[in-house]
Parts: sequence; C-alpha cells; structure tokens
Amino acid sequence: MNWKQLLIGTAAASLLAACSSTKPPETTAPVASQPTTAVAPTTSSEQSQTALDPLHDPNSPLAQRSVYFDFDSSVVKEDYKGLIGTHADYLKANGNHKITIQGNTDARGSREYNLALGQRRAESVKKSMEVLGVADKQLEAVSFGKEKPKATGTSDADYAENRRADIVYDGQ
Amino acid sequence: MLSLKPLLRTIFVVVSLASSLARADMTIEIVGGGSTRHAIAVVPFKDESTRLRDPLTLVVRNDLNLSGMFRVLDTSNVSDVPHTSAAIQYPLWQGAGAQSVAVGTVSDAGNGQVTVSFSLMDVSQKKQLTAGQFTVGPDQGRQVGHKIADMIYRAITGQPGIFSTRIVYVLKQGNANYQLQVADIDGGRAQTVLRSKEPIMSPAWSPDGRYLAYVSFETHKPVVWVQDLATGQRRAAANFKGSNSAPAWSPDGRQLAVVLTTSGNSEIYLVDAAGGGAPRRLTRSDAIDTEPSWSADGAKIVFVSDRAGGPQIYSMAATGGDATRLTWQGSYNVSPRLSPDGNTLTFIQRQAGAFRVMMQDRASGDVRVLSSDPYNERPSFAPNGQMVLYASVQGGQSVLYAATLDGGNKARLAVLNGEVQDPAWGPFTH
Repeated sequence: MNWKQLLIGTAAASLLAACSSTKPPETTAPVASQPTTAVAPTTSSEQSQTALDPLHDPNSPLAQRSVYFDFDSSVVKEDYKGLIGTHADYLKANGNHKITIQGNTDARGSREYNLALGQRRAESVKKSMEVLGVADKQLEAVSFGKEKPKATGTSDADYAENRRADIVYDGQ
Repeated sequence: MLSLKPLLRTIFVVVSLASSLARADMTIEIVGGGSTRHAIAVVPFKDESTRLRDPLTLVVRNDLNLSGMFRVLDTSNVSDVPHTSAAIQYPLWQGAGAQSVAVGTVSDAGNGQVTVSFSLMDVSQKKQLTAGQFTVGPDQGRQVGHKIADMIYRAITGQPGIFSTRIVYVLKQGNANYQLQVADIDGGRAQTVLRSKEPIMSPAWSPDGRYLAYVSFETHKPVVWVQDLATGQRRAAANFKGSNSAPAWSPDGRQLAVVLTTSGNSEIYLVDAAGGGAPRRLTRSDAIDTEPSWSADGAKIVFVSDRAGGPQIYSMAATGGDATRLTWQGSYNVSPRLSPDGNTLTFIQRQAGAFRVMMQDRASGDVRVLSSDPYNERPSFAPNGQMVLYASVQGGQSVLYAATLDGGNKARLAVLNGEVQDPAWGPFTH
C-alpha cells in the first residue's frame, strides 16, 4: 500500500467512523476498519516540493484541468488537444506524478450506463495522453457517471458543463 | 349494526406508516384497482394497541392492499367485533361482501413476551383456511403482521407471499448525504446500513439475503463492495484500476458479475463472491457492456450493450460467448431484469424524453408499459414474480413503486425526505 492509498483508506475510515455516531442505534455500523488518526485528504506531498512547480501556479496552462465534450460524444475536440498536450509533457517530465481522469455525463437514465459513458470520455483523454507518450502507470481513467454533476440545473449550459472529464493530480 | 364499505372505493388511499427507525416518513398509496380482488375483512386484533409497540392489523391490511390481490374491507363501523373464529357471525359478513374474515388476539405470554394468535375463515363455507400463533417480543408487531399477511396470501392465492421480504435503495439527502437503506416492503423498519458523503449506487442482494453488493465512491472512484448485513463487515469485492461497478450475484451466491474497465472499455467479468482469484472476462466487444443480471437458473446473463449504436438489451450464456439481442423497439433500452420464471423481461425504455418501465413477454416479444410517471429507474421483480419495484420521479419528488405485473395496482412508498434511487427487491429468506 503506497502513501496515497493509505491516505484514502484512513480518510474513508474516519468518514465512516464519524458517520456511525449519528446513526440510529439499531443500525449495524458498516465500518470496515478501526478509525485511526485522522489525516485530511488534502494533505499532499506536492506541498513540500519547490514553489517553482508549475502544477501549483494558477497562471500556468496546467491549471486548466477540464476537457469538455459534445452531446453524446466521447471524442476529444481539437480545442482540448493543447491542454492534454501540456499535461502530457508535464507527466513525462515528472514520472513520479500520477493523474486520475474523472469522466462525467449530463444524461438522465440508467446510472450504470451513464457510468460507462463517463468512463468512455475518461478513457478517451487517457488514450490521447498515451499516444503522446505518457506511461500507463501514471494514468487512471475512472467515471462518476451522472452521480456528481458540477451543474445541477437543467439548462443546455448546465448539461454542457457536466459533459466533462477532469484531470486530478495525485493528492489533490 | 354491521356496515362495511370497501376501502378502495376511491383511487387514492393514503395510510401513514411512519417508522421510528426511518428518518424519512413513508406512506403507501394504492393507485387504481382491479375487479377480481378477494374481499377480506381483517378485524383489529384484540389488545394489539396495549400489548404491541407497533401496529399489527394495519400492517396486515396494507400488505394485502399493496399486493393488488385483495380488497380489504373497512371494519371501522363494526360494533362488537369478533376476535375468535367462534364469535364470527357469518351471515353478517357475507351480507357485507366479505369472502373471508381474519380474526386474532394478542395475549400476555409472560416473561415480557406476547402471543399473537390468528385464524382466517372462509365466510361462505364457515371453515378455517389458515391459522397461526406467534410468541414474540412486544416490539415484533410488524414482523408478525407481515408473516400473517404471507399466510393469508398463500391461503387465498396458493402463491408464496413477499411481505416478509425486504427492499434496498439509496436515499440521497442533499449533495453529500447518501444512505444505503434496507426496509420492509411497506417502507417500515428502514435501517441505514451504510452512510457516505460520496455516491452509493447499484445495490444487489445475495440470493440468501445475507449480503449486499453495491458500488461506493468513498475512495473517489467506483468500487464494488460486499457487506454482511448481520455484522456490518464489508470488503471490496472488485477494486481494480479504473471503474468497478454493476454487481450482480449468481443464483448460487458464489460469483458476482461486475463491470470492470481494465481493458480500457466497460466489459462484464465474473469474480468470486468470497474474494480472491482473477476476474474472468465474459464480453469482448469494443462497445459498452454493462448492467449484467442473471436468469434464475444461472444459465444466462442479460445485459446492456451499445454495440449496435444505442444501448440495447442482450442475452448471453453465463459463461460468455455470443449474445442475442432482446430489444428491437426504441433507441435506448437499459436496466434489464428477468422474472423468476424467465418468462418476462422488465427494463427501462426511453420514449420521447420519458424513461418508462417496460414489460416484455419473452415468448411473444410483446412489450407494454408498466409505469405511469415519465421518469423511472431500475425495475426489479419480487421473488414470487408477482410485482415489480422501481424508482420514479413524480412532481419533482422521487418515490418507490411496487406495481402488479399488469400495472393495475401500484403501491407508492413515498420517501418525503429525500431522493430514492436504485431500488432492488430482496429474496425470500427462510
């Protein structure tokens, strides 16, 4: 188990532990492991790194982390080739970094089918990065489907906002 | 003076079933009605309100109502109600249209226990159809009520009742409060078995009702977990690189069909329910393959694939191999489940922006709409195959419906205090 998994595991355990205290008394606690010292999930090894890391510069092109898609499409548009290339270059130069690409959908309907559609978008971004030479071990494509919409309205703009894949660096 | 009037004369009958365990207030509505229902009088059990913590007669009546097979007569105007079969004045009940009468008592059994006795009498033949006696704690009124309803259902229809089975669903309250809840089929005795700030979806019952598999995003990606309902112990059953989702138990309880993305695409695999072993891949299309669900005999898996463009429903051997397309109408068919006898397929079809619960007769291929409201999700069959449970959005509020197969009777289990998602009807437990 690396440090990242440990952080997540600890955060999850403390989350569940915190929740169990508010449950009705009849409820069986689902806690998988005993709570340990709470570690905020935002704690990151990057913060100890040099301030010159462009990953933390809000004016760096690396600050752009979202790829938007057309309706019913998982094709990466020309507009986002530059963004993906910038991240690919950074990842190739910083082999210790990993990213998760989180796919999202705007659609209604089956939660599982939407999860698969969001996965297809995330995989599309992942493949674009692999073509540019990023190592597979630095990339993970996952999906939130329609479960974590950024925009909760029902306008076209809201839907467009949710047709998205986000690039998330480890520990962020 | 004996005067009975049908409870179901009006379209909507609302009976509050507030549970002390449920945070949400649930109600049952019976929508519509059938003409061939068995007319039954369930007389209030003697001393139930003083000896039991929860209602009993009300539970029995609600169960019979929601099954769509019964017309429960109102006994509120009956004076001098009978509590034993010997006290029943049959001509009066016959005159009021009752085909059968259930009577019962709750008595002190000592040691803090109570004894619930009941019998069901045929009115025209004046003979006993079934009877039972339960010695339980005073807090077991609901469970006994469901058991009595099961016995009545079996005595009248010849089929096993589903009133003691349970349902699972996800209750979402706000953007960061997800609860996996297990409840009686009338919404009573709701228990939160998992609470998370991240989404929970796709709960699936093990065939013995002991475990739930589900997808949780608590580690910021979809992972399939299996949780023991008795102990609360849980473990990740599929936690591979990428997304892990759509768990479905094999009927023997040994395997889980899941969707993994390790190939770079959503494909269906089998993993051992007990953990360990490498996943066995079942589908090999370039398209999405997801939402697996087993036939009751374990021979087949129905699933959703967009290999032909939009999502359609397919069937394949549970060992993988060639798939047969089952749905040909509509451009979006998802969330398939086969009935226990394999004769009916239920699924969701998108029709002009609406998402409807569909019923397909497997022999003829004929398809009809079951749901009434425009937005519905995730239908599942009751274990006796006589009803379908699904989530629905009605007037901006999300609710659960338990509908008879012909749609003539829909019981609404309304959660007033949140969004109800991804329901699944649990198995018989003996």
